[in-house]
Amino acid sequence: MLRFVLGRLAVLIPTFIGVSIIAFAFIRILPGDPVMLMSGERVMAPERYEQISRQLGYDRPLPVQYLDYLTDVLSGDFGNSIVTRRPVLDDFLTLFPATLELSFCAMILAIFIGVPAGIFAAIKRGSFYDQSIMGTALIGYSMPIFWWGLLLIILFSGTLGWTPVSGRISLLYYFPPVTRFMLIDSLLSGQAGAFKSALSHLILPSIVLGTIPLAVIARQTRSAMLEVLSEDYVRTARAKGLSPFRVVGIHALRNALIPVITTIGLQVGVMLAGAILTETIFSWPGIGKWMVDSVFKRDYPVIQSGLLIIAGVIMLVNLIVDLLYGLINPRIRH
Amino acid sequence: MTQTASTHANMQDASRRARLAEFWYYFSENRGAVVGLCVFVLLVIVALFAPLIAPHAPNAQFRDATLVPPFWEAGGRAAYPLGTDAVGRDMLSRLLYGARYSLFIGVVVTFLALTTGIIIGTIAGYFRGWVDTVITRLMDIILAFPSLLLALVLVAVLGPGLNNAMIAIALVQQPHYVRLTRAAVMGEKSRDYVTAARVAGAGNFRLMFRTILPNCTAPLIVQAALSFSTAILDAAALGFLGMGAQPPTPEWGTMLAESREFILRAWWVVTFPGLAILITVLAINLMGDGLRDALDPKLKRS
Repeated sequence: MLRFVLGRLAVLIPTFIGVSIIAFAFIRILPGDPVMLMSGERVMAPERYEQISRQLGYDRPLPVQYLDYLTDVLSGDFGNSIVTRRPVLDDFLTLFPATLELSFCAMILAIFIGVPAGIFAAIKRGSFYDQSIMGTALIGYSMPIFWWGLLLIILFSGTLGWTPVSGRISLLYYFPPVTRFMLIDSLLSGQAGAFKSALSHLILPSIVLGTIPLAVIARQTRSAMLEVLSEDYVRTARAKGLSPFRVVGIHALRNALIPVITTIGLQVGVMLAGAILTETIFSWPGIGKWMVDSVFKRDYPVIQSGLLIIAGVIMLVNLIVDLLYGLINPRIRH
Repeated sequence: MTQTASTHANMQDASRRARLAEFWYYFSENRGAVVGLCVFVLLVIVALFAPLIAPHAPNAQFRDATLVPPFWEAGGRAAYPLGTDAVGRDMLSRLLYGARYSLFIGVVVTFLALTTGIIIGTIAGYFRGWVDTVITRLMDIILAFPSLLLALVLVAVLGPGLNNAMIAIALVQQPHYVRLTRAAVMGEKSRDYVTAARVAGAGNFRLMFRTILPNCTAPLIVQAALSFSTAILDAAALGFLGMGAQPPTPEWGTMLAESREFILRAWWVVTFPGLAILITVLAINLMGDGLRDALDPKLKRS
């Protein structure tokens, strides 16, 4: 197992270095002068230009600059935002819990609906239920989620008036952030109605963000289940006279879930991409909206380090999924 | 001599026809796939003949008719069947012209990603060694970013616009083709027919692209259908974020972005462009499922 872990890490390190080179290179190949861009100023005197250039280290050769950047990053210094003037890492850590909370709820939704739906479709294979579930899943899979979000806003916020349009909680409530997870903080604050407000803000974005993972998980669960159900040991279990519930629920499901877990892990990247759109539509103050805003405000230090941090998070999640996979499926380790 | 050559050609022709017939047999068994194909053909026709079908020019503004609802709602007018947007442009005409952009995006992105991905993947799978390691690492690096985020930043770097959006999307899709091609080529490379061709004196180039590659096409075709629909979705998303096609282009995602401020006042300006995207993507995905069933021998009889 240790060798397996080390092997995975050995692949990860060059990839991370490559990712950091790409993030670093973006600023240098951008149209425009990096000194002007990074300082966020439009006009400056030549002396000041020299000074900033030296201050930022741009008067030195590119490889040296890159090594400096990498050293800074490894010691936790990701640079400062031009707009907020705060360290990029601080901004990230402030906003990331919002994205995490949203993604977590979306994933719960996707798993708890997707997996049972997929199992049910596989058991009732070819039936009307199977066809409707898979039809719905394909629609979900084809959904432009930015439009789906707008439709839900029109229906639930506009016509029915059930849910708020944007943000994480009503402006009526204020309490100091403790965990930065709004659901938990609102409970801790003890204010009446705060939790309900936070929850009602979370529902529509979670549905929107969870739609595509839900569809993918349902489809994957169905096909994994179908494959397992045709195996010999399932036939043996049936022949032994075990109840259908035991055969499906215990014998088949345990093996069918292995590929499903991989799929769920892969959805983390999909979620972070989806968060860009979902957070923009619902003005959700997470890292997706942060990146989009930074792109529009040309906040290059944020774009550079944001890309790096997000890619790092995804690589870490993929590593964990890989290790989990090795844990539940010993054949992979060798 | 000429006779044997022509019989040989005939036989090849016949076997190709037989394979096509088999393909169509499995494809047409999937009802969804046939429906998807019909919708897709319809979309192609709409895109080709948009100037003939559309009642108005896509960018013509009718100042006396802003935010007119569809004809079946109170206040709707027959001249604008699906209503007009905030500056008085006919929704239906813009949607019909929009089909051109979406299909064009799908074709260009898929072509770019497919050709570069196949070439790079074949080289990696055929030569192995350090070439393979470098290529695989590079692809891992691209895949480490969320695709839409990478495309967004790329477009920001290159400058917003439809062409740059297509290039960015092709770039983030191409690693999937590289991986598929590489795996398929590695599987085929050690087969006897490849060795035979090599012994007969075929060079590397011929072995790679004439001998091996034609036997690796099935997964690539399925992936192409998938990336066609993803390309349309991603381009619309970039358009929605303001980084794809720029106004007043009647691209569906861009139309959605322009209509955002009216969502609670005029449902039709939001509903129709998104519905158009959904129908197009759904049709292509249905076809993709049918292609997979028809081309994948492992799933064929399940």
